[in-house]
Amino acid sequence: MTIADYPISVTINGRAYQHHVEPRLLLADYIRQVAGLTGTHIGCEHGVCGACTILFDGKPVRSCIMFAVQADGHQLMTVEGLSSDEKHLHPLQEAFWEAHGLQCGFCTPGFLMTLLPYLQDHPKPSEEQIREAISGNLCRCTGYQHIVDAAKLAAEKMHTS
Amino acid sequence: MKPAPFEYFAPDSLEAALELKAQHGDEAKALAGGQSLIPAMNFRVAQPTLLIDLNRITELRYIRKNGALRIGAMTVQAQAEYDGLVATHAPLLHEAIPNIAHSQIRNRGTVGGSIAHADPASELPVICIALDARMRAQSKSAGRWIEARDFFAGLFATTLQPDELLVEVEFPGMAQYTGYAFMELARRSGDYAMAGVAALLTLAKDGTCQQAKLVYLNVGDGPVEASQAVASLKGTKPSTDAFRHAALIASQKDMAPFGNLHASADYQRHLSAALTERALAKALARAEKTLKS
Repeated sequence: MTIADYPISVTINGRAYQHHVEPRLLLADYIRQVAGLTGTHIGCEHGVCGACTILFDGKPVRSCIMFAVQADGHQLMTVEGLSSDEKHLHPLQEAFWEAHGLQCGFCTPGFLMTLLPYLQDHPKPSEEQIREAISGNLCRCTGYQHIVDAAKLAAEKMHTS
Repeated sequence: MKPAPFEYFAPDSLEAALELKAQHGDEAKALAGGQSLIPAMNFRVAQPTLLIDLNRITELRYIRKNGALRIGAMTVQAQAEYDGLVATHAPLLHEAIPNIAHSQIRNRGTVGGSIAHADPASELPVICIALDARMRAQSKSAGRWIEARDFFAGLFATTLQPDELLVEVEFPGMAQYTGYAFMELARRSGDYAMAGVAALLTLAKDGTCQQAKLVYLNVGDGPVEASQAVASLKGTKPSTDAFRHAALIASQKDMAPFGNLHASADYQRHLSAALTERALAKALARAEKTLKS
């Protein structure tokens, strides 16, 4: 059986990408291997760990349990889209840096992409709300406390600057 | 791992999707949100040869109140989670949705997809049974309504025919003076629950229990109704003792949990009983409120 390649047009971080892909290609693999944006990480490949979380039309989704063909015509944002240049970090990234919200960093892109829209919508989240918001992302280093601190700090930074 | 190869169609109308279903039948697997199907394909537990992606069919994404509350099968769970009509007219559904996996999954997972997947551990089938929902099945040539009770046919099985798609779920309103509650327990937030229950309690004007309903998840090969427990409540004055008695009957007689990695069968019974007492108390408080207002 031959499986036809599918033409897709996707916008990632404001830039247009056009490729032919096999339908079974996962969106996370497309982003990393075809578009070359390796900031999105792949952990569990079944939607549990959250490392591959990206924004799909502005909403956090798992890119490891979607196909690249499904992104045709849609707007994606990955961790690379947070900062507009290489010299500056997004306030959310700054907060993670300053509050030690990461150690090995593998889970961080997923946390950032989950928190970005959440903190935009929730300027003053409580600790409990933050813990609920990040409950779909696993981190094996930090014990989460520093991530919660970073999210609080990020909320302040994002809504004062 | 990565999915095995498959043929892919992404029709932009229901008509085109039904045409494909008519041609390919069971060989063509419908792809809704994919939040259960794609993980299964990644592990190669599922290897469909042909996928019909329903995500471009915008006509199946809606929430309407037209007599009953109607939800298009491709409505994402996050939309139903924050929808005012759902909160007002199906508060039990509203209470249950945040328990479905994680927010990122609910942004993609659909109401119809979860129901048609018929996982005994999932919340929406339980809610459908509790609320006496009806499912609209559509094929190229005909449409029909299926009562929730006739829809679920065991582990990951439904009574949908090979050429049919689930297109709408209809939730009728609850009876007057009815209180509700949904509760579940999982090891971690977003995990499959070890136990969970949807409870409905309808009071008569004099405060006695006129009608009750208890539906459980993950303790059988589909949503499990506790009919003996409910019979013990009918016509009695609701009380902590009566609820404890009902919880005991439900957990010991009405269900036969399998047990799993996270909870033995006995522990599932224990949790189901504890949740039953709490859920009935919450439902009672809500029912009494409607009686007073």
